[in-house]
Amino acid sequence: MRLKRLLAMVGGALVALIAAMAVSYVSDQRAGEKTLMAPTPTAAVVARGAYLARLGDCAACHSVPARPAFSGGLRMRTPIGAIYTTNITPDVSNGIGRFTLTDFDRALRFGVAKGHTLYPAMPYTSYYNTTPADVAALYAYFKYAVPASSVPNRATDIVFALSMRWPLTFWRWLFAPKPSPFAAAPGMTNEVAKGAYFAEGLGHCGECHTPRGIFLQARAATGADGPTYLSGAVIENYFAPSLRSDGPGTLGEWSADEVTQFLLTGGNTRGIAFGSMTDVITHSTQYMTSEDALATAKYLKTLGFPGATPQPSFVYDATEHRALKNGDASKPGAMLYLNNCAACHRPDGMGYERVFPRLSGNPIVQARNPLSVVSIVLEGSRTPRTGASPAQFTMPGFAWRLSDQDVADVVNFVRTSWGNHASAATADAVRRTRSYAAPE
Amino acid sequence: MADRKKPVDAVIIGYGWTGVIMAKALTDAGLSVVALERGPALDTSPDFEYPRIADELKYGVRGDLWQPLARETVTVRHTVNDVAVPYRQYGSFIFGNGVGGAGVHWNGMVWRVSPEDLRFRSHIEQRYGKSLIPKDMTIQDYPVTFEELEPHFDHFEKVCGVSGLAGNLRGHIRAGGNPFEGARGDEYPTAPLPPIYFGQLFEKATAELGYKAFPLPAANSSVAYTNPYGVRLGPCNLCGFCERFGCFLYSKASPQTTILPILADRKNLEVRTGAYVTKILRDKTRAMAAGVSYIDENGREVEQPADLVVLSAFQLHNVRLLLLSGIGTPYDPVSGEGVVGKNYAYQMSSGTGVFFSEDVEINPFVGAGAAGKRAIDELNSDHYDHAHLGFIGGSLILAGGTGGRPIDQMMLPPGTPAWGTGWKAAVRKHYRHSAPIGTLGSVMSYRDRYLSLDPTYTDAHGLPLLRITFDWHDNETRMAAYTAAKIEEIVRAMKPEKQATMLIRPGDHYDVRFYQSTHTTGGAIMGSNPSNSVVNRYSQSWDLPNLFVYGACAFPQNFGGAPTGLLAALAYFSAAKIRDTYLRSPGPLVQV
Repeated sequence: MRLKRLLAMVGGALVALIAAMAVSYVSDQRAGEKTLMAPTPTAAVVARGAYLARLGDCAACHSVPARPAFSGGLRMRTPIGAIYTTNITPDVSNGIGRFTLTDFDRALRFGVAKGHTLYPAMPYTSYYNTTPADVAALYAYFKYAVPASSVPNRATDIVFALSMRWPLTFWRWLFAPKPSPFAAAPGMTNEVAKGAYFAEGLGHCGECHTPRGIFLQARAATGADGPTYLSGAVIENYFAPSLRSDGPGTLGEWSADEVTQFLLTGGNTRGIAFGSMTDVITHSTQYMTSEDALATAKYLKTLGFPGATPQPSFVYDATEHRALKNGDASKPGAMLYLNNCAACHRPDGMGYERVFPRLSGNPIVQARNPLSVVSIVLEGSRTPRTGASPAQFTMPGFAWRLSDQDVADVVNFVRTSWGNHASAATADAVRRTRSYAAPE
Repeated sequence: MADRKKPVDAVIIGYGWTGVIMAKALTDAGLSVVALERGPALDTSPDFEYPRIADELKYGVRGDLWQPLARETVTVRHTVNDVAVPYRQYGSFIFGNGVGGAGVHWNGMVWRVSPEDLRFRSHIEQRYGKSLIPKDMTIQDYPVTFEELEPHFDHFEKVCGVSGLAGNLRGHIRAGGNPFEGARGDEYPTAPLPPIYFGQLFEKATAELGYKAFPLPAANSSVAYTNPYGVRLGPCNLCGFCERFGCFLYSKASPQTTILPILADRKNLEVRTGAYVTKILRDKTRAMAAGVSYIDENGREVEQPADLVVLSAFQLHNVRLLLLSGIGTPYDPVSGEGVVGKNYAYQMSSGTGVFFSEDVEINPFVGAGAAGKRAIDELNSDHYDHAHLGFIGGSLILAGGTGGRPIDQMMLPPGTPAWGTGWKAAVRKHYRHSAPIGTLGSVMSYRDRYLSLDPTYTDAHGLPLLRITFDWHDNETRMAAYTAAKIEEIVRAMKPEKQATMLIRPGDHYDVRFYQSTHTTGGAIMGSNPSNSVVNRYSQSWDLPNLFVYGACAFPQNFGGAPTGLLAALAYFSAAKIRDTYLRSPGPLVQV
């Protein structure tokens, strides 16, 4: 009897599995628009496509140094193993040379290519709002302007069973926004709408800055989804800060012009890009037109808690500076700060404008999660090199000379000095960050 | 069989200040350029990162950023009758190594010569008559004027973010600056750094004696600054680690902090490090350079053909490569004929230690290189009457050390024990309460002071080393003694507990064991015609019109100051002429 019941259960599970796989297969085959007609690829269309490819930052993942552009091969860590980005040059055998516009649109906005659902590392969950004209422009660019390269694609490092793709179909059903061209919300100005289109769509800000649920789905896709959107999230070893105007540790105190300057140059008087944002600046946002960058900034500035009272402006507090100047390093972390940080960031925490970021009133330093500060202290940071800002400044890592407790102390010192108010980091959290950052 | 590379428009030998200046100029003009650097690639990160760079033993004493002398050095002798011996340990001067060259470890002093320094022979002859210049003194005028170079001094200062205060702005003498400087077209790009405490004491004492002290121009920006190329520099915090160190603060100007960032992505520029150039090649006509031959980092011989050759290594190395390549006639001190190696000169330095009581907090570790120093120019050049002094030339006088390095710059009064309890007690008593007043004095050129290939010693590849024949002449020791006496007056006005002067006196010989300065000059000097010089006013070789030679090797004699400002201005002056004239119609830029 027992055996019979077991067989029935296994059999039932198998049938369900086969049914799920079949459903996935059919869904993946049917995804996308029926048949799109590719417009004539004029020079203007190709140029628009090249610009959009910059905005979408396709190169960040699909290009790796010292290899042909867009030939793929970037290793991306996922919870179940590493995956590698694919060749998206117009090569017929290894690239997307055989893709029709419909195939291209299906991959870009629907997350389905070559008959299966893509890992959502491909941000089709953001690109879904791209307009048909812009999809066609991107297609024209990749088809006619990108040189073909025959670099073969690399299989994932994910072990069998976990490497089956059909569950991705269900993930897509459950979590991916339904593809539809961007439509401005009522009341949006044209300029803000343009910014929203980039930020929510090709710019895919939400992929890093919006928190994810337990199935790694973004918990909001657009500003209309409420206060979770772009409210800050842990991404690898950094905390991508909130881009909302929700108080200390958010972009609330940056003006639209300052956000624009940051997008175009990688820094402004208040901060300098770090972590994977340096790649975003280097490969993508520095190439935005200043109008598009300003539109994006203005859109971001519309995001805040509805009805929330504006937070009081940051107020500088000279207590720590006075103490350090008078030789009083009694506050925990103060001596570490003097010995390791003050040469560049200065005893007053003011740094040097657009060289070494100021720490007082800095939203990153005061972010609700200290992860980024901990990571930067451990690993150092390098500013992006852009056309507008060719000098590249590097902060060295201090992992080799500071213990976990030292890092926690100095991080807490900067998070609570010169008017900063932020929660404490623990030595244990530093230890976890350090082991994550260590080579696999 | 040498590996022959694809021909390029221009090849650059040596990737320090002048090499990088020319790399920018030539790639701006659209040329394909290969830069060859014998040392390693170096950059602020990771090579000069804080706090590892702040290590006096590693960098200041053992010289991790310097050229390894075991592979190649120079030999030195005092007279033409001596046998020269190799300079096996660093002392008198220091060679840079790697990208940035000596521009990595320099003190950051950007000095403009006085206008009369560029026409020193004519100036002296006009003012005092021909008899004041001894027969064996072979000084000559530069073939270029201060006014012609002024825009290029100005540009280099802007590239570096030099901090300073104009003393002569378009002919108006301004309080607080150097009243002896030539008329400037513009103010310094950044304001002077705050004076170190000893600089303040010096300012007060010199004012009492009627001198006009001014902030020493420093290639250390005083504020966060963006140079004309869009490159941002950080402000100097007077950390003490300029001389012998790379700057961790992106503040001291070096090729890395000023120009290299904009060359990073140039498609028409390739930099090959570990490339040791052994010869400048000629074409079949022997009238043109054809490229260079070098040994790469794997020991392979490589030929790099090029239409234009830029020789921009260190002064001594430039002269050696010309001699090794057989370009131009080597100088012969007996006949006085020939030009390559002629007019080697150096710097006359002295120092007066000033020891205060323990309630005067000098803190010598505050201030670095040129940063925060104060100087006077009254006793320099021909700013005072030399008619009856028995010498010509003078010294720039500087207040303060270059960083208060505890191993190398522990200044103690004469008579202090060299070790043990007595030494320790003296260190405790004096380190924080003492400072030097230093000089950078001119050195004239002489018939018997020159550079040649050594007949005995070779480098790691079997090629002859360069030989320096140099000793002090009375003109310089008299000048130094005169200057030292004036400095002692200034020191007395500061009312210290003690003072002690280190001075090269008449009869003293050149001693390579002690650091004096890396301001070695001459050997491939510029002049008005091929019989008196190696290059013309545009740094172009008289022999091979597609060879340009840059650096302090062009100086016909040395002035009181530091060479980098002038050698950079000469490079920019040349670069403008190459861009505007040479590239359109290559050929000699000066007809004789």
